[in-house]
Amino acid sequence: MSLATKIVDFFSRKKKIDEPAQEGKVKQAKMGKLTARDRIEAILDDGSFHEYDLFVEHKSEDFGMDKKYLPRDGVLTGTGTIMGYPVCIYAQDFTVAGGSLGLAHARKITKIMDHSIKLGIPLIGINDSGGARIQEGVNSLAGYGEIFYRNTLASGFIPQISVILGPCAGGAVYSPALTDFVFVVDKISKMFITGPEVIKTVLGEEISMEDLGGARVHAEITGNAHFFAESELACFEQIKKLVTFIPWNSSKKPEKFPAKPPKINMNINDIIPKEPTKPYDIRDVIKAIADDSDFLEVQELWAANIVIGFTRFNGETVGVIGNQPLVLAGVLDVDSSDKAARFIRFCNAFQIPLLTLVDLPGYLPGIDQEHAGVIRHGAKILYAYSEASVPKITIILRKAYGGGYIAMCSRHLGADFVFALPQAEIAVMGPEGAANIIFKKEITESDDPDRTRKEKVDEYIEKFANPFNAAAAGYIDAVIVPDEMRDYVLHSLHISTNKQEARPTKKHGIPPF
Amino acid sequence: MNNDLYDLNIDDTYYETKLTRKFVTRKRYKPQNHKLINAFIPGTIREIYVKPGQIVEIGQDLLVLEAMKMKNLIKSGIKGKILKIHVELNKTVAKNELLIEYE
Repeated sequence: MSLATKIVDFFSRKKKIDEPAQEGKVKQAKMGKLTARDRIEAILDDGSFHEYDLFVEHKSEDFGMDKKYLPRDGVLTGTGTIMGYPVCIYAQDFTVAGGSLGLAHARKITKIMDHSIKLGIPLIGINDSGGARIQEGVNSLAGYGEIFYRNTLASGFIPQISVILGPCAGGAVYSPALTDFVFVVDKISKMFITGPEVIKTVLGEEISMEDLGGARVHAEITGNAHFFAESELACFEQIKKLVTFIPWNSSKKPEKFPAKPPKINMNINDIIPKEPTKPYDIRDVIKAIADDSDFLEVQELWAANIVIGFTRFNGETVGVIGNQPLVLAGVLDVDSSDKAARFIRFCNAFQIPLLTLVDLPGYLPGIDQEHAGVIRHGAKILYAYSEASVPKITIILRKAYGGGYIAMCSRHLGADFVFALPQAEIAVMGPEGAANIIFKKEITESDDPDRTRKEKVDEYIEKFANPFNAAAAGYIDAVIVPDEMRDYVLHSLHISTNKQEARPTKKHGIPPF
Repeated sequence: MNNDLYDLNIDDTYYETKLTRKFVTRKRYKPQNHKLINAFIPGTIREIYVKPGQIVEIGQDLLVLEAMKMKNLIKSGIKGKILKIHVELNKTVAKNELLIEYE
């Protein structure tokens, strides 16, 4: 065979694989979806995608599989760049046997995963699959298991991103669940362990696929998703933005950007109401102090009583955690503790300093909370903050009561810098509750209980509703005025570049999962 | 989540704030009533071992509820007198449907 013939042969083989793709485009479009290749190309820089394993074929022989040729075995894998950042990427192709996962399909994925671990670069997985390839039996299950194993090995070493652009059901959901960020798109993403059919048969309960495990459900109710978008293209923009905030791997720092002052010029005293019972949007405070007022919120719709996300100070990525007085008064509860704890651990693993903005009345009371395990879940946030060794800056804006004060990266959990605004109230509980307990006898025995209660509440406010008791004990480093917040954050970050902290040597800790 | 502000009481203080859908639709706690036996799973009643007026002991067989090809033997958790049997043999029952009531 001459070289020219060999080249012709190569192109004809390639054509055979790519031909069904046109048909696939129509199929996907009918479901309102892009093709696997279009998705990869839309996420990556133009022309940067290098495909691997184009010629991989399955070796399955049972149930007539020996007569079935599945191009690429239903998954595209390769490498590329996003705004110059290198990534490994794979995308399941729903138009090839429903994107079902057989052994060859799984091995293509685990190969690119191994590659991303060796190269120390982020991994992006696009999921669009009907599930296990049943004809391949236990080999298909083996494939899933080998993916989960690598997700876990890679966890905390390289950032892992999952994009759910179609069904992702049964065991398949556990790969995204093990990764750091899950992106979902309205009407397209579907995730569940058991589908509506099985639920109906077993429990007699009827529910649509959308209401069971649609994008909105995972973004708002379960917390499985971190980013929600209205369209695939909007989702890809979110991915690109996230990538700029995170490093290639745990031994590198995120890329430094040019420092910019906040774009929004807002007086923090105008944002935060004087009365501790009045709401405001904590995100306004973040935007008022962050570089370019740029804030990429994570899990915006779930457990909205705490706000988490990435921002920059002096061009460097910082993870922000803030109580949100606008929602459930900013209390900590099962979900918000879970949400913050996971985010803190991500930041700590990837050398991202933490800024905590505190304004909360404490933990949410309730039978449902107690029975849902608020003790175990609430402990996660204590664990995550205490464990984190990145620079930790805490600013107490207003209320910091009780267990909530301790949990929100207090000095006692190892915060490196703790500042409080003059209106901060650091106390065991709010004045009303405290007065009702401390002065119970005086109030009940008074001729005018309401007046006595008010007097006692005022007495308590006078004595404890301020930052000075905590300052006197050295639990906060400085009382600062709102205008100084950005400067204090910048300075604290600047001087903690070489922070080192001795920790007991151990294999690993045991967080209250 | 809607945009209305509500008063949320934490430690005797009312905070003006939005409520989440999850908070508003949270399941209210109901103390368990040992005098009512409900179906824990949808299925079919295959056996009924007791009659109204009968006194049953703790652990005594009450009925068999078949679900997912499994025959689940339901036993009495208390000692008491049966007031009413709310189901019939071979009848299908929904989840949480009342089966037996004690006096």
